This record gives sequence, structure tokens and C-alpha cells, in this order.
Amino acid sequence: MTARVFVTLKPSVFDPQGHTITEALHQMGYTDIEDVRQGKYFELTLPGRSASEVKDLAAEVAHKLLANPVIESYRIEVAE
Amino acid sequence: MTFAIVVFPGSNCDHDAYHAVQDVLGQRAEFVWHKETDLKGADVVILPGGFAHGDYLRTGAIARFSPVMTAVRTFATAGNPVIGICNGFQVLLEAGLLPGAMLRNDRKYRCEYVHARVEQTDTPFTSLCASGQVLKIPIAHGEGNYYADPQTLERLERNRQVIFRYVTPQGDVTTEANPNGSLANIAGICNDARNVVGLMPHPERACEPALGSDDGKIVLESVVSALIART
Repeated sequence: MTARVFVTLKPSVFDPQGHTITEALHQMGYTDIEDVRQGKYFELTLPGRSASEVKDLAAEVAHKLLANPVIESYRIEVAE
Repeated sequence: MTFAIVVFPGSNCDHDAYHAVQDVLGQRAEFVWHKETDLKGADVVILPGGFAHGDYLRTGAIARFSPVMTAVRTFATAGNPVIGICNGFQVLLEAGLLPGAMLRNDRKYRCEYVHARVEQTDTPFTSLCASGQVLKIPIAHGEGNYYADPQTLERLERNRQVIFRYVTPQGDVTTEANPNGSLANIAGICNDARNVVGLMPHPERACEPALGSDDGKIVLESVVSALIART
């Protein structure tokens, strides 16, 4: 089993990196792209566990380490 | 008086802190490796600047789980003075010993002198300062853009937990004086109990006139004086 964890800054938190990327894209002519938010992606490999166990464990480590709940939120997908 | 200087893999201002404590202040300094579990009888703990664990994941995110942090938490909770400088401040935020979080600077890494105004003098690290005193101290960071949600910020202001703010040399809070985009020009804060202080500027690098400024010395002298007053 693999858990995919996506960590992003909360919508209320300014993203200086995303903002700079947006500006670069606009300068390149991609003016239709209104906004970019940068995040992080993790793949956790957990053999021999059920999907629900994997999801629970991924949520636990996402909350404790992978994301900082003060500024970030996370989303988890479980795959074979 | 003994200062414990915690050393994480990637700390790089540990020796600056050691020099300031031992050679400039004439106090005892002890390095404490992050895997150790006791603070060698320290009276003060310094979490120094640098890039603990390579700043991987987020600044301070891995360091907060180092074994020594359990001892630092116990030391802090007992009311003893702890100061986190730059990366040390980031570690204290990740550890939840101070409220809020750091975001990347608005645009760039900044390595220069700034002016930090002392907002509150009732912490062990500002006890010798005058209220409103402006200290010329260097910064060197890419992630010092202090963030807290509106409720937390309101609480910080109400409890007078903002200890240092970026200002002009004349002491005015302006957008231009803010090097990193920090909310309310915040350069340093303390916890509820006021014994744990974190700041982005480096007072330990500004303790001798030969280095361009000795304005930072008062921060370390304050804690020595505060501890003497306590005993």
C-alpha cells in the first residue's frame, strides 16, 4: 500500500513562492493563470496494511510531522 | 552561570554563541549535542542559528523531534530562560514552545544589519534594555516571515508578547524597515510565561564593536542580570 500525502498552505496564508511563480508565468505570457499555490507531495510505503490502517497512519504522521497545522493543511490518497 | 548551546546537525551559529558567552560575557558555555538528553546543569539554553537537519521539510520541523528537545521543553516549562535565535526561533515555533509559524521571506534571502526595537523589557532577555531602545543587529535568513492567525496575533499584542519589531534607525515601524514580510514587523516574541524568547536577528553576532555593532550584547547581559536578580 502507498499513501500519497499532499500538503498545501491554508488558503488564508500568503504563499511567497506561489506568488513569485505566478509573476514569472505572467511574464512568460501565461496571463490566463490567475494564481499558483505551491505545495509538497509525499509517498509513504507501508506493506502489509489495510487501506484504512494506511490512511489513519498517514493522517497521524501528516498531522505530527509532514504538515505544520498552523499554516498548512493536507489531503491523503491511498493506492495499491 | 552556564549557557547550554544546543547543536543540531547543520547548526552554524553555535560557535558564534559560544564565543559571545564565553569570551565576551565571561560566562561558561557548554555545547549540547542534539542527541543528548540532559542540559549539563545549564542556567540558560540557547538554540542557535543555522540550518538544523538541512532545513529539510520545513525549518525546525525535524529538529523539534531531536532527543534534546524533551529536556529543553522540561527546562522551559519550569520557567527557565530559553532563547532561540534565527533557526533556533524556527525550532521553538515548530515545537509549539512559541506560537505562530515561519513562512518564506517575501522574495529573498536577507543578510544585512537591521534595526530591532525593544517592545517589552519584562523578559529575561530584555531586562537591561530601555523600552523602545533600537538595537542594530544583523539578520541572515530566507525564512523569517513570521505568521500567526488573526486570533493568535491579537493575543500576542494583548499579552505584550511581541518583544522585538523591525524599525527604521529612528525607531519607526515602516514597511520599508521590514526585511521579510513579517506580520506587524515582528522580529521576536515570547511565550505566555515570558521566559522563552525567539527572534530572527542575531544578537550573538553583534557583541563587539569590531564586528560592526555591540548592540546585541545587552540581550545576553540581560539574562545574566535577570538570573542574578532571581537568586
